[in-house]
Amino acid sequence: MAGALAVHARGLAKRYGSVTAVEHVDLDVEPGRVMGLLGGNGAGKTTTLAMLLGLLLPSEGRIEVLGTDMLRHRYRILSHINFSSPYVDLPHRLTVYQNLRVYAGLYGVRRRDARIRELARDLDLDDLLERPYGRLSAGQRTRASLAKALINSPRLLLLDEPTASLDPDTADRLRGYLKAYQQTQGAAVILASHNMIEVERLCDDVVMLQAGRVYDRGTPSGLIEKYGRITLEEVFLDMARGRTLP
Amino acid sequence: MTAMVERYMYLLKGSWPRLVELAYWPTMQIILWGFLSEYLVGHSSYLARASGILLAAVLLWDVMFRGQLGVSVVFFEELYSRNLGHLFASPLRAYELAGALAIISFLRTVIGVGVAAYFASLFYHFAIWRMGWVFVAFFFNLLAMGWAIGLLVAGLVLRYGLGAENLAWAAVFAIAPVSGIYYPITILPHWLQAIAHWLPAAYVFMGLRALLFHHVVASGLLWHAAWLNLLGLSVGVGVFLYTFRDARLHGRLLNLGE
Repeated sequence: MAGALAVHARGLAKRYGSVTAVEHVDLDVEPGRVMGLLGGNGAGKTTTLAMLLGLLLPSEGRIEVLGTDMLRHRYRILSHINFSSPYVDLPHRLTVYQNLRVYAGLYGVRRRDARIRELARDLDLDDLLERPYGRLSAGQRTRASLAKALINSPRLLLLDEPTASLDPDTADRLRGYLKAYQQTQGAAVILASHNMIEVERLCDDVVMLQAGRVYDRGTPSGLIEKYGRITLEEVFLDMARGRTLP
Repeated sequence: MTAMVERYMYLLKGSWPRLVELAYWPTMQIILWGFLSEYLVGHSSYLARASGILLAAVLLWDVMFRGQLGVSVVFFEELYSRNLGHLFASPLRAYELAGALAIISFLRTVIGVGVAAYFASLFYHFAIWRMGWVFVAFFFNLLAMGWAIGLLVAGLVLRYGLGAENLAWAAVFAIAPVSGIYYPITILPHWLQAIAHWLPAAYVFMGLRALLFHHVVASGLLWHAAWLNLLGLSVGVGVFLYTFRDARLHGRLLNLGE
């Protein structure tokens, strides 16, 4: 496992009958790097993340996470991965503390309460720990979900729209926290987002997806330069509106 | 698995109306059937021979019913809260979830049926636990049958979504008439008897009548029920694991929920 890529995926495809969600996607993510998955709605970002997590079986392709074949031996590696997504919730009737305690147990975290206290402090959840998850605002839920995603100090973190529903101040602080976490832990992060500022700030590499296929890839600054644009958002709009390279 | 049991215990302890509800229905049933039983004992030579037969049957059937709901309805909680994606992105295996559901189902059944049994003893002087180890054998056979049906229902809901959740209630009511709870299965039409012979509950209730009417412990019937339960549990677990894999194939772990 040592020295292995955090993610090494080849020829990833997912088809539902005649509908193609993802086709021929290759991904390499090195430990300690942040990769952004960019694409419009239905581009295949969430499907790709779900396949990397093993929640969805690919129609074709192979996936290695931290040097382990995810399709054959996912249970060997799942305790080192975690994710957060607006498409998945935590149990509404349990308090934030109870939810975090259960997930700490599922991920085999030692000193569960200490880890929960640490995350509560970092993500400003102290006052919310005893509140049922279902009674939190959308922004508070996002922070609680992130705490769950970080509960096992994952070496690979998959984040789907991690700052959706957050006010600009909280979102900015959270990005700072994620960047610091990634740098101090040497963790790899895959980030699916529509927020171009977020992608530019956090990501080392970007994969642009369109209709389930890789449209282009590169560093944020490299893509901006390649497309002759000023921001990544303009590059994204070029892709979304079918404009070709100038 | 321990973490999942902890999760369901939080759910149980966090709501006193839920705790009360667990015991409420079995208790109301036992009160109703207790009065009916007292009335019928004076008017029926059949019941006069074994006054506790109706109460025992009601309590034991509730073991199966609660055992089944304890698996299926608790599993639905994960769908209501759209939590399956988080659970199965963790190192939790599907069979570990099934194990946790079985443990919590046991606890819920003990609470629900335990309170009802206590009231049966208090009001009607019928203490089902006086049957001793035979009661334990009846209890676990019916609980295991409940687990098998619960896992089957959970699997079908995993396949067809929450639209199929009413199966949790429908399944038990569908098999009640052929389980011979209150009457011998010999009164059923032949084709229904053929079905009844595949149900562990039918053997348990035959065993119950043998015990209360003839004071005989029909261990052969209980072993037969146990073998059928082994078969039923294999099918239940098999369907649950199969539908889990099918859900991974079709992306339902992320999409299922309210």
